[in-house]
Amino acid sequence: MSKHKLPRKSTHIDMTAMCDVAFLLLTFFMLATKFKPDEPVVVKTPSSTSDIILPDNSILLTVDAKGQVFFDYDNKKAKKALINTVSQEKGLNLTEEEKAAFVNGASFGLPFNQMKQYLSIPPMEQKSYAFTGIPVDTSYVAATNELGYWIQAARTAGQDEGHPPRICIKCDASTVYPKVKDVIKTLTKNNIDRFNLLTSLEAVPEGTDLFKERSKQ
Amino acid sequence: MAEIQEKSGGGKQRPGVKKGKKLSTRIDLTPMVDLGFLLITFFIFTTTMSKPKTMEINMPVDKPDIEEKDKNKVKDYTAMTVLLSKQNRVYYYTGLADDPMNPPKVEVTYFQSKNGIRDAIIALKKRVYEERGNGMPGHNIKDEPVILIKPDTTSQYDDIVNILDEMNINGITTYALVDITDVDRDFIKKTEEANLGAQ
Repeated sequence: MSKHKLPRKSTHIDMTAMCDVAFLLLTFFMLATKFKPDEPVVVKTPSSTSDIILPDNSILLTVDAKGQVFFDYDNKKAKKALINTVSQEKGLNLTEEEKAAFVNGASFGLPFNQMKQYLSIPPMEQKSYAFTGIPVDTSYVAATNELGYWIQAARTAGQDEGHPPRICIKCDASTVYPKVKDVIKTLTKNNIDRFNLLTSLEAVPEGTDLFKERSKQ
Repeated sequence: MAEIQEKSGGGKQRPGVKKGKKLSTRIDLTPMVDLGFLLITFFIFTTTMSKPKTMEINMPVDKPDIEEKDKNKVKDYTAMTVLLSKQNRVYYYTGLADDPMNPPKVEVTYFQSKNGIRDAIIALKKRVYEERGNGMPGHNIKDEPVILIKPDTTSQYDDIVNILDEMNINGITTYALVDITDVDRDFIKKTEEANLGAQ
């Protein structure tokens, strides 16, 4: 009688293939991730049930609790074109390094006459610069209202680069309405009637029309 | 470890011959895979989290040269005005309130889930949907409730987002964010005085 013997097999699984997959995905996510940009001020946004994702290449206007306005543009190519235009039209005489500092820099809020000084300091110190906000006056036209000028110029720059920007307002929940109104009026007077308000997400209350609509899907 | 040590199978060894210990050239990659997936998870979470959510808003066209006939007329029975005031107070009244002799009944409430502004909006919507088909002059089956939002200078950004959110929640398609008038300020003042007197 022959003794039936099972061949002894190794339980070792080859992990190489799995490792390859894991690191391939890792590389993909690392390249696809965009980290949160530096913020000049802490802004506590109100919450809403709206879940529209912030569009790419948008202009972000941050308004802090005191009503100071900060400008940021999420499109480096257009930002380059923008600072060239601004430097020329406003006679800021920025050097190439200062322009590069603007393109790579984060959100800022300064009148034109302080731009050169701000851009000439090293990037690490720019964060602690005492911002005063972009001046917004009640004339609302691009000629005198600096925020209006920035928006007009940025939209033109974005148009030339092929990505007409959307405008998004990120405002602190406790900002008083007149300050918010100044910013909104600046937009509407420049013929921008559609824009986004940045909010954090909250749950839809049960039993409402929106709740029924969402649960249908 | 991910493998079970195998008994070195019965290879016959000649006595007296010393054999160098055979070292496996295989490296156990399991910890590396673990690390890889851990980092993937981290990156997945950071990407989705850093995309902020927004709400869209359409403002009425702000041009002084719009002619009177091009303006949309709001019908009295579909209209509601919401006034945002200090300390998150919300004043509201229905109708256009264009008759100074007959002031509207102004109510005060807050952004709360019970008896708040939401219930007032739901009631308005229900009433408009009931009345629009009854064939009265000026009533049209396509009429929708219209809400005018007028924030006072003492209101906060929070209130505006909340009221716009209420529009979204209750499916109000026609609404506008407009400037407050002196008449409306007067309504707030009178309601406040009346409430003080009642206490």
